[in-house]
Amino acid sequence: MSRGNLEPEKEPVKNGTPPKIIAFLCNWCSYVGADMAGTTRLKQPEGVEVILVPCTGRMDPLFPMKALVEGAEGVLVSGCHPGECHHQDGNLYARRRLEVLKGFLPFMGFEEERFSYTWISASEGKKWQQVVTKFTERIKSLNGKKD
Amino acid sequence: MRIGLFVCHCGNNIASTVDVKKVVQAGLKLPYVVFATDVDYVCSAPSQKNIEEAIQEKNLNRVVIAACSPHVHEETFRRVLKRAGLNPYLLQVANIREQCSWIHDNVIFATIKAIDLVKMAVAKVSHHEPLVAPKVGVEKRALVIGGGIAGIQAALDIAEGNIPVTLVEREPTIGGAMAKLDKAFPTLDCAACILTPKMAEVNQHENIELMVYSEIEDVKGYVGNFEVKIRKKASYVDYEKCVGCGICEQKCPSKASSKFNLGRGDGKAIYISFPQAVPKVATISPKHCIYFQRQKCRVCEKLCPADAVDFKMQDEIVTERFGAIVTATGYSLFDYSQYGEYGGGRYPDVMSGLQYERFLSPTGPSKGEIKRPSDGKKPETIVFVACVGSRDEAKGRPYCSAVCCMYTAKQAILTKEHLPESQIYVFYIDIRATGKLYEEFVRRAQEEYGVQYVRGRVSKIYTDNGKLKVRGADTLLGEPVEVDADLVVLATGFGASKGASTLAKKLGISHDSYGFFTESHPKLKPVETNTRGVFLAGACQSPKDIPATVAQASGVASKVLGALSKDQIETSPLVAAVDARRCIGCFQCLGVCPYKAIEEVALNNGAKIAEIIPTLCQGCGLCVATCNPGVISLNGFTDNQLISEVEAIVKG
Repeated sequence: MSRGNLEPEKEPVKNGTPPKIIAFLCNWCSYVGADMAGTTRLKQPEGVEVILVPCTGRMDPLFPMKALVEGAEGVLVSGCHPGECHHQDGNLYARRRLEVLKGFLPFMGFEEERFSYTWISASEGKKWQQVVTKFTERIKSLNGKKD
Repeated sequence: MRIGLFVCHCGNNIASTVDVKKVVQAGLKLPYVVFATDVDYVCSAPSQKNIEEAIQEKNLNRVVIAACSPHVHEETFRRVLKRAGLNPYLLQVANIREQCSWIHDNVIFATIKAIDLVKMAVAKVSHHEPLVAPKVGVEKRALVIGGGIAGIQAALDIAEGNIPVTLVEREPTIGGAMAKLDKAFPTLDCAACILTPKMAEVNQHENIELMVYSEIEDVKGYVGNFEVKIRKKASYVDYEKCVGCGICEQKCPSKASSKFNLGRGDGKAIYISFPQAVPKVATISPKHCIYFQRQKCRVCEKLCPADAVDFKMQDEIVTERFGAIVTATGYSLFDYSQYGEYGGGRYPDVMSGLQYERFLSPTGPSKGEIKRPSDGKKPETIVFVACVGSRDEAKGRPYCSAVCCMYTAKQAILTKEHLPESQIYVFYIDIRATGKLYEEFVRRAQEEYGVQYVRGRVSKIYTDNGKLKVRGADTLLGEPVEVDADLVVLATGFGASKGASTLAKKLGISHDSYGFFTESHPKLKPVETNTRGVFLAGACQSPKDIPATVAQASGVASKVLGALSKDQIETSPLVAAVDARRCIGCFQCLGVCPYKAIEEVALNNGAKIAEIIPTLCQGCGLCVATCNPGVISLNGFTDNQLISEVEAIVKG
């Protein structure tokens, strides 16, 4: 990994490296909500990295699966609230697919808890902060069990 | 492939938590990156020029900008690429400000994350293809939803720009909340005197079509080409024939409460909202009409000199096309019956500020005389309670409604002018008087008119011996206060207009948890929404007073005129396309497309496949995820692009 030369050496780090979490956020609600969290400087765990999707309806269950297989420690998907999808009902299709994916994860050897989906509107920066913080804690405790 | 990377310091917005130089160093090691540099403000004019030069000198054919959110400056940088002769869609923005430097404190981890975000962007941009934006014609007509002062001002300004406007209002008259006001602060001009000329102008303007008593049924399409279904509700009076003489209202034997007077004062089943209504026509409320309830009466029909009453009238739905839509749907007042401690709506002498305004108005239920609704006596002591349904977490309204302090001061002054002998108390938390001449106005109420301002919340209102006991605390003196009042006016705050969230769904725009519509950017795009071609004006976006509403409405008009000034608009090229050679013609995609952008086409050999109409496609990608054989791809969000981002993060 090319992050080698940046590995914490001098500065003391409190809780170790934050778990690597991939978040797929829809362009219209949740990505804007996450931006809002930034604009209002709501501190969040450093391990969460966001991939922008045009709508959660675009989510192929393959993406979260691929992320876990390749080594992500958790995957989060977030879109507009049900009934408020910018593209009418893409999030409802997403909910069905992702619910099925959730059920499959144990068969693939992953804890179901490593995957979660949620609804965050463009004004819910605070909620985004709470969701990622909580989810990171959940992944940390899962990692703890493994060790 | 030659990728150029530009990492922004954004002053110290980014540089204080992200080691920008290290990001540049790490970036240089990534595949295809031939040039990387850090920039102080990448969005500034000299920096844009530098990027253009770098593209040309280094022969770059892909660009990654690590800076603020793509929602802020992606368009800016696309224009830079275009100026440098590169296809504008060969750009990827890494969001290292909103989603990195601003949310982290630890420099090491923030820098690692910024590098990851750059890796993702570099991986994704290497899959980008040049894209060309399709062009579509523009319907040069505008729709304004809501006929309050915001809608009126927006419609007039757009119409003056020579664009035909349709103004849709759900009530039988335009004028909105402002028409209900007696006077407007801080100058105390008569609200009707400044509003009604504008209302008349709307009615007479050759470029404005007025549709009252109508609501939006359905909205389809996109900027430049909206198709809107409008429901003309059955008014049971032919508006074309009605001359507004008012004989029907005089003779109608029914009893109803006046909607225009917010339930205070008597009304009839057939009514003209107020004397200066525009259009001045009568409307029947079937709920109160004796004929609709008991199949007898029809007095109005017999007496109408214009033969305008039509009991068989049905709702009618018309479909019209527009290039741009303005929502100016205003607000609704907080329902003070939620305050059980203030009587929960049980005491007739406790009323909302707007109800009181009707009592002050010469066209109101008491013809401008201040009387207690309970016994018709002149009140001697009047108490105003500020922040009812504002700044109150317990009622789910933590925000300030922006106007209540001012209208309370106004009503206190007006009351003193009507009843100079009266004693007036105002209970307040803070006085918010931030506009031009506002502070001076509140001072006038206190110093010139002798209105007693008491700093503190009211804890309880109850009746005792025909008086209203108002119990509160004076937090400046630190002691409890009790006032025997004849009348209590609650300065109720603003909430979203009724039906706002339903309308938001129809328009594809978002709203906050209180129901106010969300603007595209809180500071720099206050009238745009995230749906191109849909704009906001007035209190539907947040509580605001008349000057701010009018300013926003004129602002929205300039945006609409700008959008409709072109003959063609470029639509986004980030749309889906079917690989015709591999489509098996199952048409699963057809059923899920929310925009009906997919159609069946027959090939020469008779086989049928799906085809996507690029100008209708809005790029949601639902069809892509639905397609079983995986033959649909979405520009900008292909499987390869998204998976390359995943791999960039986890594989490093």
